Formats: sequence, C-alpha cells, structure tokens
Amino acid sequence: MSLTRKDVENIAWLARLEIAEEQMPDFVETLSRIVDFVEQLSDAPVADALPMAHPLDMNQRFREDRVTERDERDHFQKNAPAVEAGLYLVPRVIE
Amino acid sequence: MHSRTVAELSAGLAAGDFSSVELTRHCLERIEANTRLNAFITVTADTALETAAHADKLLGQGKAGPLTGIPIAHKDIFCTRDVLTSCGSRILSNFVSPYNATVVQRLSDAGMVLVGKTNMDEFAMGSSNETSWYGNCHNPWDESRVPGGSSGGSASAVAARLVPVATGTDTGGSIRQPAALTGITGLKPTYGRVSRYGMVAFASSLDQGGILAVSSEDVAIVLAAMAGFDPRDSTSVDEPVPDYHAALNTELAGLRIGVPQQFFEEGLEPAVEAAVREALEVYRGMGAQLVEVELPNLALSVPTYYVVAPAEASSNLSRFDGVRFGYRSESAKDLHELYRKSRGEGFGAEVKRRIMTGTYALSAGYYDAYYLKAQKVRRLINDDFRNVFAEVDVVMGPTTPTPAFGIGDKTDDPITMYLNDIYTIAANLAGLPAISIPCGFADELPVGLQIIAGHFAEARLLAIAHSYQRETDWHRRAPAGF
Repeated sequence: MSLTRKDVENIAWLARLEIAEEQMPDFVETLSRIVDFVEQLSDAPVADALPMAHPLDMNQRFREDRVTERDERDHFQKNAPAVEAGLYLVPRVIE
Repeated sequence: MHSRTVAELSAGLAAGDFSSVELTRHCLERIEANTRLNAFITVTADTALETAAHADKLLGQGKAGPLTGIPIAHKDIFCTRDVLTSCGSRILSNFVSPYNATVVQRLSDAGMVLVGKTNMDEFAMGSSNETSWYGNCHNPWDESRVPGGSSGGSASAVAARLVPVATGTDTGGSIRQPAALTGITGLKPTYGRVSRYGMVAFASSLDQGGILAVSSEDVAIVLAAMAGFDPRDSTSVDEPVPDYHAALNTELAGLRIGVPQQFFEEGLEPAVEAAVREALEVYRGMGAQLVEVELPNLALSVPTYYVVAPAEASSNLSRFDGVRFGYRSESAKDLHELYRKSRGEGFGAEVKRRIMTGTYALSAGYYDAYYLKAQKVRRLINDDFRNVFAEVDVVMGPTTPTPAFGIGDKTDDPITMYLNDIYTIAANLAGLPAISIPCGFADELPVGLQIIAGHFAEARLLAIAHSYQRETDWHRRAPAGF
C-alpha cells in the first residue's frame, strides 16, 4: 500500500470529507492503487517541457470593472438550507 | 416520427407535416414508455408542451429557425432555471437552479423544446453512468450493459430515439465514449468553443460542452446555435462561428488521415479494430490518404489526466459545503462537522476518491512530483499532436477499446474503469475537437470511429464525418424495439 490509513485520514481532513469507518479500508486500497498508477509519470521524459495549464495557452481575459448583474439575493437564497434576514445560517462559531 | 433526424424533423415542421406539439408529445410518450432505461432524472412535460405551442405559433408566422420546435434533452450538469439541476449527485438533489447555463439559454432562444434532464455519472466522474445518485442507466442495444458515461443518459435517450438530440459534456471522453457505446454521433468541440457558464465544473481546463445526435449533420445544425463567445466564461474564445451546415459538403479530395499505431495496440478488441479498419478503407475509397503517425506519449495520457482532473475537481468541488445551496447534514454540531458531514453524506465514493486524489496531488510536498509533473507531460502530449497535425489533417482510430460492457463489470477496480478512456483523454488534454461516429458492430454492439482535428476545425471535422455518413448507414441503425 503506498498510502497508509493515517495518510488517507489526513487527506480526508484536508478535503473536509467525513469517511465512514466501514468504508475506510476500501478508500485506503483504491487510493493507493490510483497513486501507484499515476506514479508512472515519474519516469516520463519531460526534460524542460513547459508546464501546460491551459490547452490554448491563453491568458486570463480582463473585463471592465462595472456592475453587470442585478441583485437576486432572495431568489438565490431559496436554495439555501437556512437563512435569516438575508444571511446564511451556520452552527455557532463563536461561543 | 422518432426515427427522423433533426434535419428531417425541421423540414417536416416547416412543411406542416406535423406540429411541434405533436412531436413533443410523441417524445414525452416515448420517454414515459421507456422509463426502465433510467435515461432521465427530470422530465419537464408541462413546460415542454407550452414551449412547443409557442414554437408552433412562430412556425405559423414564418418566424421559425432551423431548430424551432425541435425537442432536446440536457445533461443534468447544465443549470436550467427553475428546474432541478442535480449533476447526478445527492449533494445537488435539492438544487433548483436560479439561472440558465449559456448553452441552455442559447438553445432555448433558438426555439428548441426542453423535454427533460438526463442521467449522468455523479459530477461527470465515471465512464458507465454507474456513479449516479439516481441509479444506473441502461444501453438500449442490450439493457444489461452500460450506455457509457458520463453523458450516459443523453446517449441512451438519443440511441433509443426518445429525443432527436441531447447535450453532453466531455472532460475525458464523456460525450464520445457513450456515443460510441450506443451507436450514435457525439462531438466534443475545441476547448473554449462552447461556453462553460452554468455547466457544473469538474475539471475546468478540460471540460467542454457538446452534442449527442443521430448524424453529424444534426450536430452541425445544433452546434451553430450553441457555439460562440460568451463574456460570462473567462475561457470562452472569441472566434467567429462558421456556417457548419454549409461546410458539410466540402470535398475530401487530398484529405490526409493520420493513423497512430498507438491506437491499435494491446487491449483493443479485434472485432472493434476490424470495424475501425474497415471505416478507414471507406475513407481511402473516397480518395483520402492514410498516413501512419506516432503519438508516442499516448499511454501517459491516462495517468496525466488522473492527476490534472482530480486536482481541478478538488478545488472546484470545494464550493459544495452545505451552507449556501445543496444538501446539508442534519447532525452537525459545529461548522467543521457541517462541512465534513454534508460532503461525506452528499458525495458518492468515486467523487470522494477523485477529490482526495486531487487533494493529495496538490498537498504540501507533493505538488512538484504530481501536479507539476503532470502539467509537463500534458505539454508532451500536446506537442505530439502538434507534430502530427503538421503532416495530416485529422487523426482517426477507435473511440473505445471494447464495445459496451456489462453493468457491474468494472466497478470493483477504478483503474480498469479509467483505462476505458485511453483513446479519448488525449484530445481533452490538448483541447482538440473530436467526434465519435458509428462504424459498425462487434458482437451486435455498436462500435465508434473517433476523428480528432486541429483547434477550431469543427467545420472540417463535421464535413469529414458527414462524408462517411453519406456513404454508410450505420448511424441510421436503431436498436431493436426502439
């Protein structure tokens, strides 16, 4: 196994994912297999190849700094699990 | 009526042979009669009939375009105002989109009638439609088999002639592979050709919206309405949209077809190879020249993809946090638990695997070894294509190594599933347009021929596909009973 259970627990924490106890062994195994699989890139003859982040090597386009969207907060908040007075509610953060 | 292409339906509507309401009702009845395929997540029957009635009015007034009144289904990854947009996931199973994706808006503006949203692998992560929160989708050629994925519902619906055309998205083959496995035509345009605005993001440097239809002519008609610059998508390219339909009958004389030997190596099923080789002979018979070419880094495209795509996905999917929209766990006691439980309960296993693969590849100490390395290999793959396109006009080969596989056959090992996309992923990494067209059968299951062209060469690509579809009738074969 290229990844230990502890590794996977740490990755799951970084990704903010709760993994059920009974699914843990399967994730350790399949993620290890994926890491082993992508490991073959380490021998690739990249030499001084320029890293490619965008298929057309474009630069980010700029736009004028002006308001183009209208305020639809109430409409958008219909999808929110919990709102009050236009604010999104989450469990208490400050005691 | 359902065996007709978009072009034929359009002519029928214009001639008054039938109305859009009749056509739409016919599609809705067929969708209803074939729910066992599980091709649809949502059917928008009421609004469809209203839109169709409006289309009939325009047709009567002589104000109709080529797509007015033609039914369409959208992959459930495209945000559709006031309609559930689930992306095949539990985490969006309560998300009623407050806005339209640009693709949805443009096709609606063209007068198309939305009949429903199609099933898909969760967040487009899969090659078999088996990761959907809404269950498997079935291949109409053999219902014990997968339709491919991730645009499996769109492919199944078009192949079964429930709708004449459907949208899809393709990050590593998600339009072309299901098109091949269900015997239809599927185009992934050049990266940046079709707006990604309102298309739920998986891997932003690879994702591209496209079309699944019966014929390349139909793809050309719909692409003309879908493509073009969109200021709302920062990677949309400001290139003019040519008249794809007018370009369909361009002569093939002197066409040079590159045949990479790497597309015909170990793993390719002999019956698939035979069908593809025969299609190449058809092209030779039409005057094209076959040229052996090399894509030496093709085998590295799959591992490269499985670093780049998960890395981008881990970032894109961080927006699903149970706070502003989507599924929220009921049992969380604090904010961290709210994130972890909402995401843990809301995402399926494959999506979690990809998020974690990406998180690992981007984590401190591993970035250079995985992500940066993968970006460099991506450059090599891109340069391979650049070299090939200096010699030939297009590249051809199989779309998939095998025909449709059985439901459950490849779910135990993610790597086996990933390798299904060995021939399709490279076009995404290089941002190239590519199409899959039906070219025969292997054990009574459809086989797809893949054609890859240079950036923004969709018109040429569609003309080349169309010339084959004038010579053959594989694309007109429908599965028995449909």
